[in-house]
Amino acid sequence: MTSIEAQVLQPYKYGFVTDIESDDVPLGLNEDIIRLISRKKGEPAFLLEWRLKAYRHWLTLTEPTWANVHHPPIDYQAIRYYSAPKQQKKLDSLDQVDPKLLETFDKLGIPLVEQKRLSGVAVDAVFDSVSVATTFRAELAKYGIIFCAFSEAVREHPALVEKWLGSVVPASDNFFAALNSAVFTDGSFCYIPKGVRSPLELSTYFRINASSTGQFERTLIVADEGSYVSYLEGCSAPVRDENQLHAAVVELVALDDATIKYSTIQNWYPGDENGKGGIYNFVTKRGACRGRNSKISWTQVETGSAITWKYPGCILQGDNSIGEFYSVAVTNNHQQADTGTKMIHMGKNTRSTIVSKGISAGQGQNTYRGLVKILKGAEDARNYSQCDSMLIGDQCGAHTFPYIDVRNASAIMEHEASTSKIGEDQIFYCKQRGLSAEDAVSLVVNGFCKEVFKELPMEFAVEAQNLLGISLEGSVG
Amino acid sequence: MSAGSGKRETGDVVLEIKGLHATVASDAKNEILKGLDLVVRAGEVHAIMGPNGSGKSTLAAVLAGHPAYTVTGGTVKYQGKDLLEMAPEERAREGVFLAFQYPVAIRGITNSYFLRSAVNAVRKHKGQEELDPLDFLQVLEAKLKQIGWDDSFLNRAVNDGFSGGEKKRNEILQMAVLEPILAILDETDSGLDIDALKTVAEAVNALRRPDHATVVVTHYQRLLNYIVPDRVHVLAGGRIVKSGGKELALELEEKGYVGV
Repeated sequence: MTSIEAQVLQPYKYGFVTDIESDDVPLGLNEDIIRLISRKKGEPAFLLEWRLKAYRHWLTLTEPTWANVHHPPIDYQAIRYYSAPKQQKKLDSLDQVDPKLLETFDKLGIPLVEQKRLSGVAVDAVFDSVSVATTFRAELAKYGIIFCAFSEAVREHPALVEKWLGSVVPASDNFFAALNSAVFTDGSFCYIPKGVRSPLELSTYFRINASSTGQFERTLIVADEGSYVSYLEGCSAPVRDENQLHAAVVELVALDDATIKYSTIQNWYPGDENGKGGIYNFVTKRGACRGRNSKISWTQVETGSAITWKYPGCILQGDNSIGEFYSVAVTNNHQQADTGTKMIHMGKNTRSTIVSKGISAGQGQNTYRGLVKILKGAEDARNYSQCDSMLIGDQCGAHTFPYIDVRNASAIMEHEASTSKIGEDQIFYCKQRGLSAEDAVSLVVNGFCKEVFKELPMEFAVEAQNLLGISLEGSVG
Repeated sequence: MSAGSGKRETGDVVLEIKGLHATVASDAKNEILKGLDLVVRAGEVHAIMGPNGSGKSTLAAVLAGHPAYTVTGGTVKYQGKDLLEMAPEERAREGVFLAFQYPVAIRGITNSYFLRSAVNAVRKHKGQEELDPLDFLQVLEAKLKQIGWDDSFLNRAVNDGFSGGEKKRNEILQMAVLEPILAILDETDSGLDIDALKTVAEAVNALRRPDHATVVVTHYQRLLNYIVPDRVHVLAGGRIVKSGGKELALELEEKGYVGV
């Protein structure tokens, strides 16, 4: 190890475990477990039926193998599908939240208590299988905005949930979406009423704590006509030798003239430098631009997880609707990422933009996989795609699989791709101006990612840059 | 004859090279510098001239600490300290500046941000307070005024999409802002038209100081019409084979390297 590596090699910052008593269901998956989860959450009958249907469908599916990732088979009977910190059933205020939980989120930089809250950001904090607190709810309620834990939405707003659940990602969509639909435990629900521009950033922070446990959350955001919301999710998990499964589903619906901006900073435990442990992040995210002039914009910074498998997409149904995907994916050590987007153009004058930046270091493998599909009725559709890969060192890999399917001759498609190697020359140039090796790498990498970072909300752009610095530490000698 | 003999002793020794040998790092048998001697004093401008492949750019790279070369013998003292012991970034922070023959592009990072990072790295090293963007802008504007350039470079990404001439000018702008004690200009004239050459030379002249020194590595004499050297050295076969005053450059122009 060079002196620079020794100096900068730091353990994963968020790898601690919170010692808290939990309410668990037994390991494994069957209809009884699903009934048990549903009962614990006090769910209406329609939801249990929905879960069981999804489960029965899941049993007919096999795990997909087309992704450019490799891992030993997952034993779905060795996973615990529900684990919740023990606390009082009903919480009237944050004062009743277990101090250990508050402390945990404090340590993660997500203070929940009133005095310390991030200004301008409402947070829903999800710990293992349940949401433990949601801040600024009363303030948001004044605008008619519903922002709460998914399980609460099921109880308080069953009609809304029943109407939209599965409307973008049906339970039968794919193997992991079907699994999620059968066993999902919590997540966030947002509804922005007609004409309302959310005065706060909404955000959810996901924390996996318990061992042998999978996290299966579900997020549903509905932006009614003419509304606007910016939503951000973050996540982390303890350092463990085992691989833990995180199979989430996110559904977004934008009606006429509505805009949803969805940002992700994904920092699950990536495994150690030998590739031991780490989260399997197998996620289905999709947004439907149902209405005319609607817009959905995905921005993701993916630095964590042993394996990432996700393709946040947009179904551009409404005329003049816009879909965007901005992504930075980093794979260091033995991390693998197969990520990209799907843009399905259905309406007239629909536009999509894809900007993907993949950074591979160590023995990391980074794959961009994207589909742009222009359907017959999508008159005058336009797409611009840009996929850039950066390699650090000579043991890593970058792969690009762009799929383009055009059924309407009026479409205009642009695709640009580049692969570059972070050069000894660039590093030396920076050093010759007095910068340290670490600062030089972070400068070059941040410059490479700039087009994506500028899409992040202000508060998080800085966090993302720092995160990138941490996950690449030690990758250049 | 020795490299520094017979000249006016104008100031303290900034750089003293004795018997310097260097090879290509990936090929230890490929020796490029073969016992090079050179003394540079404060306030002086030295020109290193020589044919292609004589080792001019290698000398510049070795002084900056480029990892592509390995020093296999000799000593280099910079302000009395062992330069070869210092990491490249330390040399830079201590005031050694290399204007690159082929400046490197950095996408997405503006020139002004890059320059401020560099200046702050030096300031931090000296125990001075780092400059915030507003303070730095003032420093930058004063420098631009001194060399008579506008601020059109500042918000462009470092050398990204720059023409050859713009890249060379950008190196000089960085030099102006970093105020090096020892500036090494590696083929700064290559690829410049006559107007750009004059602009660059004027800036270098405007920045001359009695306590700083400049080493100009060049292939052609024409740059030396504008940056007038105190000493001219001919580098051939990895050693300095002849030294003299500015008239030596003219002689070289006339007779060629073979003739002297």
